[in-house]
Amino acid sequence: MKRLTEKILSGDVRAIARAISWIENDYAQKEQLIDDLYPHCGNAVVWGLTGPPGSGKSTLLNLLIARERMKGKRVAVIAIDPSSPFSGGAILGDRLRMQKHSTDSGVFIRSMASRGHLGGVAGATADAIKVLDAAGFDLIIIETIGVGQTEIEVVEMTDVVLLLLVPGLGDEIQALKAGIMEIGDIFIINKSDKDEAMKTKAEVEYVLSLNDNPRKDRPNPIFMTSAVLNLGIDELSTGIDLYIEELRVNGLIEDKRRKRIAREIRLMITAKIRREVEKQLGLNERIDSWVDQVYRRKRRPYAMINELSDTFFKKNRT
Amino acid sequence: MRRKIRILMAKPGLDGHDRGVKYISRALRDAGYEVIYTGIRQSPEAIAHAAIQEDVDFVGLSLLSGAHNELFPEIVRLIRKYGGESIIVFAGGIIPEKDIPFLKEHGVEAIFTPGASFKEVADFIEQNKRRLSH
Repeated sequence: MKRLTEKILSGDVRAIARAISWIENDYAQKEQLIDDLYPHCGNAVVWGLTGPPGSGKSTLLNLLIARERMKGKRVAVIAIDPSSPFSGGAILGDRLRMQKHSTDSGVFIRSMASRGHLGGVAGATADAIKVLDAAGFDLIIIETIGVGQTEIEVVEMTDVVLLLLVPGLGDEIQALKAGIMEIGDIFIINKSDKDEAMKTKAEVEYVLSLNDNPRKDRPNPIFMTSAVLNLGIDELSTGIDLYIEELRVNGLIEDKRRKRIAREIRLMITAKIRREVEKQLGLNERIDSWVDQVYRRKRRPYAMINELSDTFFKKNRT
Repeated sequence: MRRKIRILMAKPGLDGHDRGVKYISRALRDAGYEVIYTGIRQSPEAIAHAAIQEDVDFVGLSLLSGAHNELFPEIVRLIRKYGGESIIVFAGGIIPEKDIPFLKEHGVEAIFTPGASFKEVADFIEQNKRRLSH
């Protein structure tokens, strides 16, 4: 374990990759590993990139990685794709668009399957960010699945959320505003070479103008890009840097990071206790008989559940 | 333990015929594996680096152009060089019978030629996954 930690801190690719697998597979050793790495975390800036499927997230990211590399930054990407709810398998295809960075030792790309986790990211994403942070990457980018409107968990893991939109969503912009439109810090209209792009921009501006924004003096930036034609990428790249600098100066980045930690503590403690409760109650072994009793109306759901939880609390009182 | 088997699928060299590799990738997904698909025209270096970064258990190579005797051994060599000692490499495509012993000698453990069924690929993975290290 000590050797793995040291290797990760020295930036060893094999060790970093292996550690992420431990996290994904939820190995018991992962806790010690993360705790050992944690004192070395906190230097990386974390971007989230989200948007509808097919909006060009991976293609745009491919170009942004190149820009960040020119600035001398070491870049890590976690690209999340969905797992099949039926087979548990997955096709992870985001890497395909970024493969040209594969041989650059300053870039690390990891594909991650959601493994049943909802919210556009995977259960392992938060801890994987810590590994990459400790390994010395300056920038970590989380590319979400791209399923749509409820893909908001990424906002709780990152310093800045880039929301990618494309022309042709039309009236759906209206529908989007209740979900994904609220989480973007920086808005990007990709496929700006398409006819409707300016109309889309106007719609986004309109929707944003309706927001009850606490910072009316500083509206969310909107950028126009065409990843295929390599247009607008420099402006976007500079815009992101400026935005993050502004967050830093205003202390907003610290607010975000404190919120992130608060959320993680909540999640970690409830997950831990839930596992213990399930174990002590023998939930997996007994669930069928409970279902049967409730299904046949032999028992009432709340009465049964209260009885079970009382047993648990009594047992753990001392 | 919820250990998932991860498989990198790649097409080295200059051949763009990706129907076979896509079919196998999709079938592997349906069999419950996590498949990282890197696409066509990949260099041996890019494939080897991807295999390490993705911490895969298997690498599946597809090639129909005839350059397998040059590319496959080079990919195996690079995977080993970058620390992927235990990664199991298999391949498919238009590969003459007479080349198979040479490729096996150079670390390609199974070769599936035209007419092979997906079940043969799935059986190979199932039989070999117990050898995996972690």
